[in-house]
Amino acid sequence: MEYTEQVMDHFMNPRNMGEMENPSGVGTVGNAKCGDIMRIYIKVEDDVITDVKFKTFGCGAAIATSSKATELVKGKTLDEALQITNKMVMDALGGLPPVKVHCSVLAEEALHAAIQDYKDRLARGEKPAEEEEEVRYV
Amino acid sequence: MRVYMDNGATTRVTEPVMAAMQPYFCEIFGNPSSVHGFGREARKAVEAARAQVAKAIGAQPREIYFTGCGTEADNWALRGAAYANIRKGKHIITTNFEHHAILHTCQQLEKEGFEVTYLPVDSDGLIAPEQLEAAIRPDTTIVSIMYANNEIGTIEPIPALAQVAKAHGVLFHTDAVQAIGHVAIDVKAQNIDLLSMSGHKFHAPKGIGVLYIRQGVRLERLMQGGAQERAQRPGTENLAGIVGIGKAIELVTEDIEARAAEMRKVRDHLIDRIMKEIPYTKLNGHPTQRMCGNVNVSFQFIEGESLLLHLDLKGIAASSGSACTSGSLDPSHVLLAIGLPHEIAHGSLRLSLCEENTIEEADYVADALVEIVARLRAMSPLYDDFLKGQDTESTCGTCPRT
Repeated sequence: MEYTEQVMDHFMNPRNMGEMENPSGVGTVGNAKCGDIMRIYIKVEDDVITDVKFKTFGCGAAIATSSKATELVKGKTLDEALQITNKMVMDALGGLPPVKVHCSVLAEEALHAAIQDYKDRLARGEKPAEEEEEVRYV
Repeated sequence: MRVYMDNGATTRVTEPVMAAMQPYFCEIFGNPSSVHGFGREARKAVEAARAQVAKAIGAQPREIYFTGCGTEADNWALRGAAYANIRKGKHIITTNFEHHAILHTCQQLEKEGFEVTYLPVDSDGLIAPEQLEAAIRPDTTIVSIMYANNEIGTIEPIPALAQVAKAHGVLFHTDAVQAIGHVAIDVKAQNIDLLSMSGHKFHAPKGIGVLYIRQGVRLERLMQGGAQERAQRPGTENLAGIVGIGKAIELVTEDIEARAAEMRKVRDHLIDRIMKEIPYTKLNGHPTQRMCGNVNVSFQFIEGESLLLHLDLKGIAASSGSACTSGSLDPSHVLLAIGLPHEIAHGSLRLSLCEENTIEEADYVADALVEIVARLRAMSPLYDDFLKGQDTESTCGTCPRT
């Protein structure tokens, strides 16, 4: 099995890796039992994702797609961000081996979960800048 | 620096083995079955290699049958014994952590109407003779238990297990593919009826295996064809491969105790450094009843394939039991059989040494692991949550694999 240069680049030099203080939304998807968990933090200002961070437990493809997804979403409006699909993440990485396609699905879902978390917090009238993150179980 | 610590996957052909094989491509190339001089010199080489293999495991040359690989030897032993003894019964006993060459053959035999008991191993990977004793029935025909496990390195108490089978008049097969050259084997003293091996695990080339069949044990043939291998295994002999496996087994079994002691030094140095310098790490397999070249550890909160990729970038070859490296949904069946939870099994690493690995290489690998494990944990949400005392729970609702 061979990864593309782009996948290896994002694996070795992940963009936006880390935690976020006071995120507007957090999404965690996957399962340790299956071998991959992705968590994406977003900071939203005026409907725009101004900052994004991720942490991932998983294989090379899981780490690279997390990194790429955060890169794609930064600076986008929420609506634009929701248009990002796993295929776009995969294409931006020059493709993935067939057995690894599910990793790009997780990246899309982690992102959607983070946005949903932000919307839920708003709906509840919470201040988005909260220390206590809520983990969404999707 | 390039370090090869995946000798459980395959080994390099060493120079003396290559030198022994060299003449058997261009110069001595006859068909061992031919009556002319070309054939006779090839036959002589085949029989010399058979004698070398026999001597290495305490067998008679006539009990050594060359096959295409270890998998063929395993298939032949199980299927051959199951069908040859069908009038006695259709019950087979094995373990739940055998190599797929055994497990998948057993599953196929189940489809064909045989009944298989899979003995569970304990948390160190051991089978107790009492377990076997309790599982044997009047219709049991063959027991197959691996000599040493390929992933976690645990060495089974084969002499005691084979003794139980013998006392009940049941055939005893052992898959010794990983054990040759690591453990002293004497098929006669240890009451082994059938034993499989594979050349490329001990510095012979790929594509050559052996099945030892104790004299008097009858097996059905797998294939139909010519009269090679006492008419039991048809197909023109892999002449150079046979010469190679003969030379290789001679080299790895002479002075085996001293050789194993040297490997153990490197292995233990590596294990000591990993366990001391990397927290939240578990050694898998039996602490002492383990192969002299096997290191298998699980690093919590990280995944094996990421680890392998980072090691590879540092020139280190190893393997993992994570699902991502097995190409299936589940981590290694061996790690699950010893009771590891899935998430710990995903973070497993096997380093399999041969006698050529040095302390210096072990240090290079240990240094690399300290750095890589810290790096991967720094990006792991599991590690974050662990440090904060939270549970990372999630369902597989979004996991497209379930």
